[in-house]
Amino acid sequence: MTRLIDRTVIGLTAAAVLFGLLALLLPDWVRFIATQSFARGAVALGLLVLWRTGLVSFGHALFFAIGAYAAAFVQRALVNDAFVMTLAGMLGGGLMAFALGFLLCRYRGIFFALLNMAFSMVLWGLLAKNEALGSTDGMGVASPEFFGVELDGGATHLALFYFALSSALVFAIGVHLYLRSTLGSMSTAVRENEIRLEYLGYSAARAVHVKYVISGVLGGFGGALMAMVVGQVDPDSMAYWTISGEFVFIAILGGTGNVGATFIGALAFEAIRSAAFQWAPTVWQLIMGGTLLAIIMFLPNGLWSMVARLRERRAS
Amino acid sequence: MQLAAVVLVDGLVYASYLFMVGVGLTVIFGVQRVLNVTHGAFFAFGAYMSATLIGLWYGADLPAFGGFLMILAAAVIVGVVLGVIIERGLLKFLYDRDEHIVVLATFAAFLVLEDVILLVWGHDPYYAFQPMQLLGSTRIAGLAFDNFNLSMIGISAALATGLWYALRRTTWGKMLRAVIFDREISRAMGINVTAVFLGTFIIGSMLAALGGAYLAPTISVQPGIGVEVIVLAFAVVVIGGMGSIPGALIGAIVVGISRAAAIHMLPQIELFVIYGIMAAVLIWRPEGLFAPVTARKI
Repeated sequence: MTRLIDRTVIGLTAAAVLFGLLALLLPDWVRFIATQSFARGAVALGLLVLWRTGLVSFGHALFFAIGAYAAAFVQRALVNDAFVMTLAGMLGGGLMAFALGFLLCRYRGIFFALLNMAFSMVLWGLLAKNEALGSTDGMGVASPEFFGVELDGGATHLALFYFALSSALVFAIGVHLYLRSTLGSMSTAVRENEIRLEYLGYSAARAVHVKYVISGVLGGFGGALMAMVVGQVDPDSMAYWTISGEFVFIAILGGTGNVGATFIGALAFEAIRSAAFQWAPTVWQLIMGGTLLAIIMFLPNGLWSMVARLRERRAS
Repeated sequence: MQLAAVVLVDGLVYASYLFMVGVGLTVIFGVQRVLNVTHGAFFAFGAYMSATLIGLWYGADLPAFGGFLMILAAAVIVGVVLGVIIERGLLKFLYDRDEHIVVLATFAAFLVLEDVILLVWGHDPYYAFQPMQLLGSTRIAGLAFDNFNLSMIGISAALATGLWYALRRTTWGKMLRAVIFDREISRAMGINVTAVFLGTFIIGSMLAALGGAYLAPTISVQPGIGVEVIVLAFAVVVIGGMGSIPGALIGAIVVGISRAAAIHMLPQIELFVIYGIMAAVLIWRPEGLFAPVTARKI
């Protein structure tokens, strides 16, 4: 039995507490961007879980959109509460992943990536043509209440920020512990040699299915959070294939070596994009694409490799 | 009856431009094992370049049929210039990397090229209707169809035949098939794999640009056309089988006809019918309807 609390868990908690305190000093718009980063980071964390198995999904906007629409729908039909809406998003993403997982757990490589993309584009097509769900305009999402407490605009954003921060911490630690468990350490085994894993008596398909559901839940969480932060759900900015591409982008940007790295990647992604939008609106895609290319070429293990390099230097 | 004819003609027109884009993608995937997202940008570049050249041509009051030469010129210019830049400047460094990383790199290059288009051509739409006007229209089943659109079917059929011939009946095609089958052995046998890669990529890029260039006179050329076409091309290629030229043809026809049928009969499902078929094919026959038989390497 390995220790439950290791360096990564302590590091993540410390980073989250520090960021939480620091955020009090930062202006509102920084927290707003950070909250969005946590939403995208959660989806990227789900991709990291799959990545460890050697699987990449080019369609995780599917779960993002389902989470977002589920949250919006619950707010309209049932109850306006941030926690319930988030749970609905996670449940929606998880159920969808559970259902699709039966099919997808048999696929590897580019076929896995493309089948995911096909499903996400089917959802995009459905949402864009569904008038009850607002077609391409989508739906507005009102400010959520917290346990029945209605907050004003600024306070809602503050509450959402801390909600996002603490959830991100819980998810990061949860995924970290999962990856260390027996089931989690099968990731590498599936990637390296699936046949041998099967001979040892484990089911590769089941291991992949579990991962897929985890990534679906995280995707749903990200979508629900995003819906509450931006107050809007729509197919083009939630379900389109470019959004799926952005999630993979974030996973690569941060690096797949550590669960904390995905959130670093997500923060960097939103920061670069917001800065590009602000100062160079005509070439923001060029800047994003250029960043991604630079990372792929020069930092194949993402921003995290800089942290890893620092550690090595200290060790030697 | 009239509806069936309309769906058939519309579907084939749509299929023929999808074929141009899809076949380039499938050839590049077959040879280089690269799922090239920049393909969508090549398409868009082709469309813009063609619209610009056609505009210049008719602006200079030159002989009317030269407009078609401009379409061809646009495809060649875009294919050669961008093909060389992307293959030599980017993909060359990535052939030994993970396939997903390569897709992501081409996605990054796609984002960059999208903004380059905006920088060069701006946000305003371009129109290049002259070649379309020139050819007039034909009545089929009581409805007028532009001859220009119908000519696209002929061009695609010619392309399909030409590619099939080149691949099956020429030395160059034989070399290409050898590289597809086993890169390392081909190199050992003296095939210049680097040159084959570059050549294939340029031809593939030209085909994408030709799709855009030929479509340009029928649409308003505006930002965002590349984003849409690349997923459609993915669908075409996946349906037919990645790396298969006859597959791209079948995939294009399936996608073209089903989209046309959806538009005319059940517009609510228009947007997702294609991806529905794509998912169904991946579930039922993941290698595609007409996948080339691959040797299993252990």
